[in-house]
Amino acid sequence: MKNPFNHDHPPADTPLVNVQIDGVWTQMPKGLNAVEAARRVGKFIPHYCYHPKLAIVGNCRMCLIETGGPKMDASRAPVLDASGKPEINWVPRPAIGCATNLTEGMAIRTDSPLVQECRRGVMEFLLINHPLDCPICDQAGECKLQEYSVQYGNDHSRFVEEKVKKPKRVDIGERIVLDDERCIMCSRCIRFAKDTVHDDVLGFTERGSHTTLAVHPGQRFDNNYSLNTVDICPVGALTSKDFRFQMRVWFLKETKGICTNCATGCNTIIGSRESTLYRMTPRENEAVNSEWMCDQGRLGFHYIHDPKRLTQPIARHGPETTPLAWSEIIPQVAERLRQFVPEQIGIVASGRLTNEEAFLVAEIRRVLGGDSVLTDYVPRFGRADGILRSADLNPNTHGVTLMGLSNGGASLADLRRSIDAGQIRALVVLHEDLTAEAGWDGATLQKLDLLVTLGLLQNPTTDRADFILPGASFAEKRGSMINGAGRLQRLNRAIPSPGQAWDDWQILLRLKEALGGGNGLHTIEEVFKAMAAQVPAFAGLTLSRIGDLGIELEAAMPKETATE
Amino acid sequence: MPVQERRLILANIDRDGYTPDIDCYLRNGGYADLKKALTLDGPAIVAEVKTSQLRGRGGAGFSCGMKWGFIDPKKNTKPVYLICNADESEPGTFKDRQIIYKDPHQLLEGMIIACYANNVHLAYIYIRGEFVLGAQILEKAIAEAKTEGFLGKAINGTGYDLEIYVHRGAGAYICGEETGLIESLEGKRAYPRIKPPYFPAVLGLYMCPTIVNNVETLCNIKHIVRMGGAEFAKIGKPNNTGTRLLCVSGDVEKPGYFEFEVGALTMGELINDVCGGIKGGRKLKAIIPGGSSAKVLRAGERYKIKSKKPDGTMEEKEIGLLDITLDFDTLAAAGSMAGSGGIIVMDETRDMVECLANINTFYAHESCGQCTPCREGSLWMKKVTDRLVAGEGLPGDPKLLKTVADNIAGRTICAFGEACAWPVQSFVAKFPEEFAKHAEGKVATAARKGTVAQEPSKAMEAA
Ligand SMILES: Cc1cc2nc3c(=O)[nH]c(=O)nc-3n(C[C@H](O)[C@H](O)[C@H](O)COP(=O)(O)O)c2cc1C
Ligand code: SF4
Ligand code: SF4
Ligand code: SF4
Ligand code: FES
Repeated sequence: MKNPFNHDHPPADTPLVNVQIDGVWTQMPKGLNAVEAARRVGKFIPHYCYHPKLAIVGNCRMCLIETGGPKMDASRAPVLDASGKPEINWVPRPAIGCATNLTEGMAIRTDSPLVQECRRGVMEFLLINHPLDCPICDQAGECKLQEYSVQYGNDHSRFVEEKVKKPKRVDIGERIVLDDERCIMCSRCIRFAKDTVHDDVLGFTERGSHTTLAVHPGQRFDNNYSLNTVDICPVGALTSKDFRFQMRVWFLKETKGICTNCATGCNTIIGSRESTLYRMTPRENEAVNSEWMCDQGRLGFHYIHDPKRLTQPIARHGPETTPLAWSEIIPQVAERLRQFVPEQIGIVASGRLTNEEAFLVAEIRRVLGGDSVLTDYVPRFGRADGILRSADLNPNTHGVTLMGLSNGGASLADLRRSIDAGQIRALVVLHEDLTAEAGWDGATLQKLDLLVTLGLLQNPTTDRADFILPGASFAEKRGSMINGAGRLQRLNRAIPSPGQAWDDWQILLRLKEALGGGNGLHTIEEVFKAMAAQVPAFAGLTLSRIGDLGIELEAAMPKETATE
Repeated sequence: MPVQERRLILANIDRDGYTPDIDCYLRNGGYADLKKALTLDGPAIVAEVKTSQLRGRGGAGFSCGMKWGFIDPKKNTKPVYLICNADESEPGTFKDRQIIYKDPHQLLEGMIIACYANNVHLAYIYIRGEFVLGAQILEKAIAEAKTEGFLGKAINGTGYDLEIYVHRGAGAYICGEETGLIESLEGKRAYPRIKPPYFPAVLGLYMCPTIVNNVETLCNIKHIVRMGGAEFAKIGKPNNTGTRLLCVSGDVEKPGYFEFEVGALTMGELINDVCGGIKGGRKLKAIIPGGSSAKVLRAGERYKIKSKKPDGTMEEKEIGLLDITLDFDTLAAAGSMAGSGGIIVMDETRDMVECLANINTFYAHESCGQCTPCREGSLWMKKVTDRLVAGEGLPGDPKLLKTVADNIAGRTICAFGEACAWPVQSFVAKFPEEFAKHAEGKVATAARKGTVAQEPSKAMEAA
């Protein structure tokens, strides 16, 4: 992800300068702004309009600090104090930290009485016309106005006038509602739309205290990144229609995840409460998605709570379906599969499988007959947008390819022909609906003697299946995937799977054991280890070593990025 | 003997038979200074302007030569733009319009010389939207100057090319702030830019070095070229050179615009000798000396003014309001500023709370709304003074006004913050008894005919 600005990450070769922060001398990259400099020494300069990835406009004035420079004597040499450090000439007028760029000998005060007074002033100004909708505001609990009010504001209001009235519940786009009274006019959303997404449709109208955020006449704020503005809006002015009024944020459990809606694999925070996923928000990873994600990916989780979700292992005998326990169904599936010779079996894998799952599928294939078992995956392509979205809509094409389960989709037609011709009589389908995704018709599936499906939702393929194995969604399981750029990343479990649905790796491991005997693997870590022992790309890695931000794989990986 | 006007810029303005067309201008020696300038090289003219000690007439009084000197012709690789700030919107100020309407070629000539001196090939006149006719007059003058070869390609047969465009504002005071003006010229909302880093001389129009000068400042350039910088510097006082257009409004018998050598007359001479004294023989109460944003001065105040004696030693004198000489340094020493030259006089019948309410209404209406303290503070102060005027004052109001203003000044993106805070700070500090009376909540200003309509605060009605 290429951001127009990266104020927090100056180029590595930026020279260092000596600066004094709250009395302590330290070295920092030249030109770094004071907000970032303070952050690096564990000091926080509160700010609203500043964002490390957006243009600096300095409008909120929350980041006011004191600045100074070395005191010079008559010969223009710095005056030194007793300890040999330069004495500071403080500028009487406060300066905004976000636009204070470090120079040699600069000094800043982030918390002096003047600075505190400036913040109190700004907080008072921001609140006088604010509606204080907190009890019904979705931002409450993660609102910077609330937070800074507690930390830097006054304990009472001096404002007895009538507040300025502005439009509420403005429908500015497909996915966003605007409350103009809550807007603090920081212009973050405007700058993001204009400079990051190149969709310059937001702006201010009116003047002074009547300034009103609006979408340009005849336009809609509908781009595929619009919901990022809900994240960066410091207050509850921009809310997501999807998340609005669904859950108070303080009840949300946060789990680090990755988005599985395309090969970019944006890092996410999954917000869940008990067994329900309420929202996904981007998690910063400069190597992948910076601080953003696309709306499609963000909202592309609701299917996991779909009423069609499969929650019970089921065996079908003719018109009869029988719910079975896992301990019953897995031996039955193994038993039926064993009745076919390798040339009679086919496997349809999926780019949605984790590496661990794909590894276990490859193991099962080996037990069933190896290369003689015709296998491929279902490719899925859209269009790259030059921002984040990849043309490859499978999250783990690299992983299934690495495990030898893919022929790029080229073998799907052979598979279908062989089924139609009666050569292949048993088919295992993983996380795919062949009718919808591969365009097969029901007649082909009817030809099969055995159809085993592992997946999440009921669909025409599972309707025909002899065995329906309900698996786990991306939010319900652990494992790893390789994104389009060759980065190995982890999934974490945020919520339990519904009903009897089970981790795919568990199901596949049991099936493999039922087919070919145990091999001492009991945990996902052990599966990863076994995989790493066999797949050179993972040599020396463990699941925990991948870390929250993932790692770039050494092995030559066909590179594909969203910008291509 | 009353001090005489020194009409340099107003030399022809309002003279019988003088018309704004180029023929009249040429008959009166017009464009001779441009022809002279074209025989000099640019840096030589910049040096003359430095020598002249000319200070900007737009409000801040910044040294014009120093401003031009920020752009180093040897290092700069980008095009340089020059913008004439003709947005004249500061209440109490009506001088630039005289030049634009009555002697547009004087402005053009000064501007062309300034452009030539700074190697500018594209310049703009940003004129306030309300000057509809003014914009037409300037368009016509530009066309005439082109026909005569003073503008366009190969000016007056030299290799120098220059185009000047007139750009009309849409009615916002903030478009007069130079970086807001630049944004507006670029087609955006006139949101002033943060400085640093967006100093016009470095990152101005289209992120190129840009000179922004006031109309009157640019006219002076022509006269500096004619006289030479040193000769010009003899007019007025050191560091306060040249003449100044003064706009007098308010409670005087003969309001109007005048031109005097800077520092040549006192406030008393201006009001009594030039403007015929306070209206109706009433007594003076207060003066805003440099446009509505300048701090108010109260009759009876004493000021300690330091000045340099001819022998170089400093001397301190205590003077009264009417003894203040009208120059940059003296007005600054008196705690206010020469600003835009708009002198607003208030007599003893004026209710200072009402006057401030009027000013506050203006600033609340004109704040661009970009930065928090000014956006919220300007309207807050207006609401408080409206309440005071309506007889709904509260005991804490004067202190509230002061602290709100204190929280604006020095903490905003542009000097509008000071512009709206200074009147409040100075009115409240200098007329405490009037504010205290209103703060008791009993005094509603007797409705004066023709003053601003006040919106009574509904919140207070309910209370
Ligand atoms: C709020 C505000 C309004 C201003 N309005 C004007 C104006 O109408 N005309 C003007 O010449 N300068 C105005 N100025 C001053 C300009 O920013 C700038 O300093 C000036 O044009 C520079 O010209 P000078 O150096 O020739 O004075 C304004 C400044 C502020 C802060
Ligand atoms: S934006 Fe923040 S302060 Fe405003 S109503 Fe919402 S939670 Fe409260
Ligand atoms: S809607 Fe939010 S992000 Fe946009 S300007 Fe208002 S407060 Fe800032
Ligand atoms: S000080 Fe006022 S006018 Fe200037 S940028 Fe801020 S809000 Fe706008
Ligand atoms: S964060 Fe610096 S002014 Fe807003």
